[in-house]
Amino acid sequence: MSLPIAPKPAHRRFHQARWDEPVIFELSTPGERGVLVTRVEPGVRDAVGDVVAALPEGLARSTPPALPEMAQMRVLKHYLRLSQENLGADLNVDVGQGTCTMKYAPKVNEQLIATPKLSAMHPLQDDADAQGVLEIIWRTERMLAEVSGMDEVSLHTQGGSAAIWANIAMIRAFHEANDEGDQRREVITTIFSHPSNAAAAKAAGYDVITLHPDADGYPDLEALKRALSPRTAAIMVTNPEDTGIYNPAIKEWVDAAHGVGALASYDQANANGILGITRARDAGFDVCHFNVHKTFGTPHGSGGPGTGANAVSAALAPFLPGPRVVRDGVRYDVVEAGPQSIGAIGPFHGVVPNIVRAYAWIMALGADGLRAVAETAVLNNNYLMKRILEIPGASAPYATGRRRIEQVRYSWQELFEETGISSEEIGIRASDFGMHYWTSHHPYVVPQPFTLEPTESYSKSELDEYADVLAEVAREARETPEVVRTAPHNQTVHHTHHDDLDDPERWAVTWRAYRRKYPDAVGA
Amino acid sequence: MTEPFVHPYIPNTAPDVRAEMLAAVGAASVDEFYADVPADLRLGRALDLPEPLVAEQDLARHVSGLLAKNTTTTERLSFLGQGTYAHHVPAVVDEVIGRSEFLTAYAGEPYEDHGRFQALWQYQSLMGELLSMDVVNVPTYDGFQATATALAMAGRLTGRRRVLVASDVLPAKLSKVRDFVRVHLDLEFVAPVDGTADAAGVADRLGDDVAAVWVETPSRTGAIEHRLQQLADAAHEVGAVLVVGTDPVGYGVLTPPAEQGADIVCGDIQSLGLHQWFGGAHAGFIAVHDDPRFVMEMPSRLFGLATTDVPGEVGFGDVAYDRTSFAHREEGKEWVGTAAALWGIAAGVHLALMGPQGMRELGEVLLARTAYAQRALAAIPGIRLADGAVHLREFAVDVSGAGLTAPGIVDRLRADGIEPGVAASEHELVVCVTEITSQHDIDRLATAITTLVAASAAEAAATLDTAATHEEHRA
Repeated sequence: MSLPIAPKPAHRRFHQARWDEPVIFELSTPGERGVLVTRVEPGVRDAVGDVVAALPEGLARSTPPALPEMAQMRVLKHYLRLSQENLGADLNVDVGQGTCTMKYAPKVNEQLIATPKLSAMHPLQDDADAQGVLEIIWRTERMLAEVSGMDEVSLHTQGGSAAIWANIAMIRAFHEANDEGDQRREVITTIFSHPSNAAAAKAAGYDVITLHPDADGYPDLEALKRALSPRTAAIMVTNPEDTGIYNPAIKEWVDAAHGVGALASYDQANANGILGITRARDAGFDVCHFNVHKTFGTPHGSGGPGTGANAVSAALAPFLPGPRVVRDGVRYDVVEAGPQSIGAIGPFHGVVPNIVRAYAWIMALGADGLRAVAETAVLNNNYLMKRILEIPGASAPYATGRRRIEQVRYSWQELFEETGISSEEIGIRASDFGMHYWTSHHPYVVPQPFTLEPTESYSKSELDEYADVLAEVAREARETPEVVRTAPHNQTVHHTHHDDLDDPERWAVTWRAYRRKYPDAVGA
Repeated sequence: MTEPFVHPYIPNTAPDVRAEMLAAVGAASVDEFYADVPADLRLGRALDLPEPLVAEQDLARHVSGLLAKNTTTTERLSFLGQGTYAHHVPAVVDEVIGRSEFLTAYAGEPYEDHGRFQALWQYQSLMGELLSMDVVNVPTYDGFQATATALAMAGRLTGRRRVLVASDVLPAKLSKVRDFVRVHLDLEFVAPVDGTADAAGVADRLGDDVAAVWVETPSRTGAIEHRLQQLADAAHEVGAVLVVGTDPVGYGVLTPPAEQGADIVCGDIQSLGLHQWFGGAHAGFIAVHDDPRFVMEMPSRLFGLATTDVPGEVGFGDVAYDRTSFAHREEGKEWVGTAAALWGIAAGVHLALMGPQGMRELGEVLLARTAYAQRALAAIPGIRLADGAVHLREFAVDVSGAGLTAPGIVDRLRADGIEPGVAASEHELVVCVTEITSQHDIDRLATAITTLVAASAAEAAATLDTAATHEEHRA
């Protein structure tokens, strides 16, 4: 063959890296060292003697930890190979992880935070030495106050669910402060709100009432009114919900909650499509939170660290977690949380590198940019929905003929009935084309679900490619179902057996547990 | 705007593409997509945000300019700890967690994200070796959350309410724990004696209504608990759980709590390969023995080893997923969500680089420098150690005998570029040294405080003289 090069095939001939990398303990070579530690100075040694020998009885470790012994480049190579066996958002069309807002995390922000001017700062330094980082925290809080319409914001929490916990902890403290803590024992949420709203409310001691949607998939206002009572502490709802449907009666929901003296808490995990369009405060909410790592463009770190922002009305402000950053004219200071505060949720000021990234992200976009983010994310979503609904066997239950906001919860039920291929199997096969795909949170109210959230970050051609891959897998499900059932074919590892993972006798959460349970398997 | 808004982060702001996509979905404008948002809830104006810096170079200059206002712990001489610690971070750690594949991944499946599963399972395993425990979670947010959850687990396991707090706990950590568990548990404090737990006092308070004995080692002031086994035996006798909050940095030389009867060991891994980040890089671990009663109470994800269709392949998956809120919403254990996985990968790389010898040397240098600093400060007239316990990395001194206050020392030494520690109260200064802190650094601190004490003594003497003079005049 010779030039010209043949055109690319319709589908990417992806293959994930397959290094067949051993478990790190199998790479250990006694005597090798990965990094050396600074020595105790002779002057220190002379003064204090052998500190390990001098430890009280029982305090000195008898057997060294069985960590691997590896030279530096071997450790590096092992982990770089593992990194190649991973598919980050920087590499794939990461629209398959609905509800998680997988958007571009700009590289310039990584450069900006990678300075000792941030990484070598201690949170208990003199405030005068920390004016730069304190100013960024303060400014970011003020910008999120404007985005939400709320009065006060705290960036103290470490992720979206941590922020949900802070929401319910503030609600609990508020009712207790009004002597209604014993009376208000129930929290109402919806089945298409993130599960952490239900779970955090339960962890805070509340009984949880979960409402299902009406026949069209819209949150059911009448059901809410029936559930509300003087026992209600709060409603905790996501909007738009994980179906991508915006609740047009959201104000009526909030009003109804207020009507029985309950508070209204807004999970804004799906805020990406409504930035600059509508705000939590405009619908009357008392408290809301953002998943800063989602909506405001910080990398997801293989599952964190995230960052939460809690935004509240003036009435809830005294309950915000602390410490707080305050501005006095031109100077920024750290103050302890006040007497009504729920206190610290985590150490110090939250996930500071993410706060700085989010600040840079908002500053790169501004008001017009945030609106363009929302509008483009919604345009992308409705475009992708059109493409997906053209695939035979795919559907978008509820709100038929209506537009969706940030994402859509789809269903393969029709394809499943026809072929027996499940949504999970389709997802695994889609990975063979270099795509990540997730089904949905449990329970599967939508049968054979999948949730796509394109965000603003992906080009039209990428959305087309993603839809083309799903169409191809759906075709395979009909024509060559064995190819789908036996997937993955192009991955680091093959079909994995999950039956050992639920059996306490067989599971192996660590290498030491594995060696103990399977002594014949390893030459140790 | 006359010009269309086109932004490098948003490909489909390109005007032609946008028009093409609108046409494809049959929408006249994006406004149609918001038909469900009532008009009276529309903002109807632009957000009031600062002017953006859309050119990358302008953004970089602005943000770097703000950060340049900071003066770092390397530009000062810092003895600050109390939750966040300045340890050396090997270059390979930052290289690995800076990789796009790890940094920008999220929740992929065990196939396309095999590397993430293996890296985190190895983190669990490396921590397991350090702690001598068989089960370690994918990190939760931080040591505060890990400890709060560990105590809540003890409450669920025993069906009891009382928790005996046997150690001195960081105030912010206590704040978190108290608010997290207060619906389910009552905390009772048994005051430590000479820095560590009052084992007899704990034994006196134990009963069959106690869910847990909670020990912190190192304590708020860095004291190492040396009666763990005794506390564990007493707790176990009444069916209570021994929960040990700790920093794993010392277990290259110190006996891990699991070998002295601990049932749940928890804490923070910031010391294992994470920079200080102004307190913004914490991750929490919870470790238990391989007992399903304990494992099934853990809220976090647990990755486990699995076979695949191909012999010799190492696969991974979620262990006992049915515990989690992902599986059963409020019927799961607490909740699970985005927490701190990347920091777990960092800690794993750190432990792999350090190996057994590195962790031993690190533990030894921390003990030695701490002991040296204790001696150096205790040698100053009027300054005494707060207790006689063995300390790791941190210790408290009482400065009242020197005629000084702890906040006063902090204020005065900051003027000399030294952060001498944290003023925990009027007279208690908590000083932190790590492997970063050299003998010379410690000597410099001791000299600076000695000078202050001498100046204070001279001032006091002068005041006395003046008073004496006044007396003479009066006479």
